[in-house]
Amino acid sequence: MANLTTNFIGIKSPNPYWLASAPPTDKEYNVVRAFKAGWGGVVWKTLGAEGPPVVNVNGPRYGAIWGADRRLLGLNNIELITDRPLEVNLREIKQVKRDWPDRALVVSLMVPCDEESWKAILRHVEDTEADGVELNFGCPHGMSERGMGSAVGQVPEYIEMVTRWVKQHSRMPCIVKLTPNIADIRKPAEAAKRGGADAVSLINTINSITSVNLDTFSPEPMIDGKGAHGGYCGPAVKPIALNMVSEIARSPDTQGLPISGIGGVTTWRDAAEFLTLGAGNVQVCTAAMTYGFGIIKELTAGLSQYMDEKGFASVDQLVGRAVPNVTDWQYLNLNYVAKAKINQDLCISCGRCYAACEDTSHQAISMSADRKFEVIDEECVACNLCVNVCPVQDCITMEPMAKGTVDPRTGETVGDYANWTTHPNNPMAKAAE
Amino acid sequence: MSNSPTTPGIVANRLRAEDYARHFDDLYPDYDPHEAMVAADRCYFCHDAPCITSCPTEIDIPLFIRQIQAGQPEAAGKTIFNQNILGGMCARVCPTETLCEGACVREAAEGKPVEIGRLQRYATDRLMARNAHPFTRAAPTGKHVAVVGAGPAGLACAHRLALHGHDVTIYEAREKPGGLNEYGIAAYKTAHDFARAEVDWLMQIGGITLQLGWKLGVDGTLADLRAGHDAVFLGIGLAAVNALGVAGEALQGTRDAVDFIAELRQTGDLSTLPVGRHVVVIGGGMTAVDASVQSRLLGAEHVTMVYRRGREHMAASDHELGHAANAGVKIITNAMPVAIHANGALREVEFAYTHQGPTGLEPTGETFRLRADQLFKAIGQKLEGVPEGVTLDGRKLAAGADGRTALAGVWAGGDCTGGGEDLTVTAVAQGRDAAENIHASLTGAGA
Repeated sequence: MANLTTNFIGIKSPNPYWLASAPPTDKEYNVVRAFKAGWGGVVWKTLGAEGPPVVNVNGPRYGAIWGADRRLLGLNNIELITDRPLEVNLREIKQVKRDWPDRALVVSLMVPCDEESWKAILRHVEDTEADGVELNFGCPHGMSERGMGSAVGQVPEYIEMVTRWVKQHSRMPCIVKLTPNIADIRKPAEAAKRGGADAVSLINTINSITSVNLDTFSPEPMIDGKGAHGGYCGPAVKPIALNMVSEIARSPDTQGLPISGIGGVTTWRDAAEFLTLGAGNVQVCTAAMTYGFGIIKELTAGLSQYMDEKGFASVDQLVGRAVPNVTDWQYLNLNYVAKAKINQDLCISCGRCYAACEDTSHQAISMSADRKFEVIDEECVACNLCVNVCPVQDCITMEPMAKGTVDPRTGETVGDYANWTTHPNNPMAKAAE
Repeated sequence: MSNSPTTPGIVANRLRAEDYARHFDDLYPDYDPHEAMVAADRCYFCHDAPCITSCPTEIDIPLFIRQIQAGQPEAAGKTIFNQNILGGMCARVCPTETLCEGACVREAAEGKPVEIGRLQRYATDRLMARNAHPFTRAAPTGKHVAVVGAGPAGLACAHRLALHGHDVTIYEAREKPGGLNEYGIAAYKTAHDFARAEVDWLMQIGGITLQLGWKLGVDGTLADLRAGHDAVFLGIGLAAVNALGVAGEALQGTRDAVDFIAELRQTGDLSTLPVGRHVVVIGGGMTAVDASVQSRLLGAEHVTMVYRRGREHMAASDHELGHAANAGVKIITNAMPVAIHANGALREVEFAYTHQGPTGLEPTGETFRLRADQLFKAIGQKLEGVPEGVTLDGRKLAAGADGRTALAGVWAGGDCTGGGEDLTVTAVAQGRDAAENIHASLTGAGA
């Protein structure tokens, strides 16, 4: 049985699944329910500075997109940081940590961008004996207009400065949560590292409008006829998050910086993918908000079974396994030649591959009068679109051509590895010597 | 409920009032919007989709399903009605398992096709519920066409002609329009008087006059119609029935299944409709199934459907036969009636088992008898007279693919002609296509 316990920047938890800082972690009641269900840790919903708490809207906070059977695919929110008094949150955090010493309890923070504010809040959090802090530099709505959240996360110099204050005024491990609403995720990660962060966590939510009400011409979610952009999360954002995690994991400037992976983790498989791309653990929110805390049983059992099947004894062994295989386009092997192959026994003759290839790609699939679909190797560029639109899994596969065989499309022999950097068509190519 | 299923003889009121209501309600209720979205999501939007080619009216099925997915079932309804103005009825009565759904790639893939029929009903019901006819007539052409028969072929023909601006008079022998939709289809397939509502909705196109109680050959001749109109379309159906050729078939309790079904369809309070305790139905087509199932639904204790050949030759689909079996109908194949035994009233029907001999179907010599208070004959319908001057192709009126008969200015379609399987949807296609040909002929466009 694989060992799911993790030690993330010195914070131990019985499994790599933490609940992200969000509504599920806003108070003791929810967090205790999560721990009873089996969650490995939580990042307590973001605390603000002392004084009157923020207020939330009193209409819809969430918008969503769904599949046909109302499967929730993407969720958007305009909720702010905790709207409960600071002292109440601190009291509950202290109590929960005392009651659940084996679980990770990290506190998310967002206060104005001055050293005194950070110093003050850190002193309060240290009193709770929480395991660490996460700096919320990601929230894209409401707080950013007040110079906090993603307004900080979008300026690497601010990230570095605030992180430095936090490390200076606290002994607690510090995770910097990054916003994806920027051009290059490596820059804020580098800034966090320079500031002394122990880890980064990503992604926070993405600026979004989920839909427009075509009767009132208002963006959703709508508050009294108006709408504001919210933060997008859930299964739909996973590919974006995976890429950003991998960028940080493989960048020479941030390599080795621990990462807590966030963004659309819904099943154990999603979590495993984040881990292989360099995340040391994962944070989950939308899946819990959609299905409740009970999903943790599938998340842990599934990861455990997968690790057993693959022979991984501990989570560490899985972390980063796919990172060496993430590269830049220019290093991809241009002498790797594949051809689509349609398994006629599995084919149900829907013709989607034909329509896609004929209308939008390379006219490399033929259709007979009796609806038999076949790949024309002379035209196939192996783009994979037919595979992706085929409704039958594994009906169309990409078959690599053996070295030494001739590609009927180009008439060229399949050769050894060679990439764009040495390709004759590349004006910047360095001559192979 | 003064009687019960075990009350001897042919009696009414065998069930409780709520049983009648439940038994004759919609067999497959309408989808709710969420069910429709889930069902529509299963469509793959196939290229050159096989479901379209297997529909006699060639409805663009992937398009209408996509319109449901996109939240506009009314637009989906219009896509259907463009090809098939009786798309609402076809959604209810088409043997989809042998047509569109039989061709669905998901049938091949997983034995579970997209439920095209129910989706079609969802779309057409929603458009019809708006009670605003979706088509507008072209400018009047001044041409006047006679359509004989207000069944599916005649209605489809009349609507298409009216759409093109021609004036149409439909001459119908019965008191109500609809043909088999009104008189010949099981009640639970067209619950809540849908057949009549559909005709009323169709007539909203305008330009169509309905002349009821007018019978060809009695109230006027084909020659009269030709003289008084610019064209004539014959959609006269098959008004006569085949006989068993067994002594005693005129006995009390012995009846043509089509008459029984027609009476059932026109009976407001089904508890007043008598049915036997022991019912025997002879035949292997949809009429036999509809008579058998509805006998059970009226409270008959034992209903046996007997067909002279093997199951593979039955015109009723597997789906229909399964439905009959579920309703408690016993199905016996390879048996033909040889005698009817009476004791004042009908008492037993004697059958001989059959096998395929060198010259055709032969009795094996083994016989059996079935108790019968009531015997329904459902061994096929035939033309009731041939309008003068129209030629025959076998036992049906001869008409080309464009509906033209040998007689100038006379077109024909539907069950009275050959080609197709005597389905509502086939009749609609033939009526529609004949209308297009009449239109071309009358306006000189492309004819």
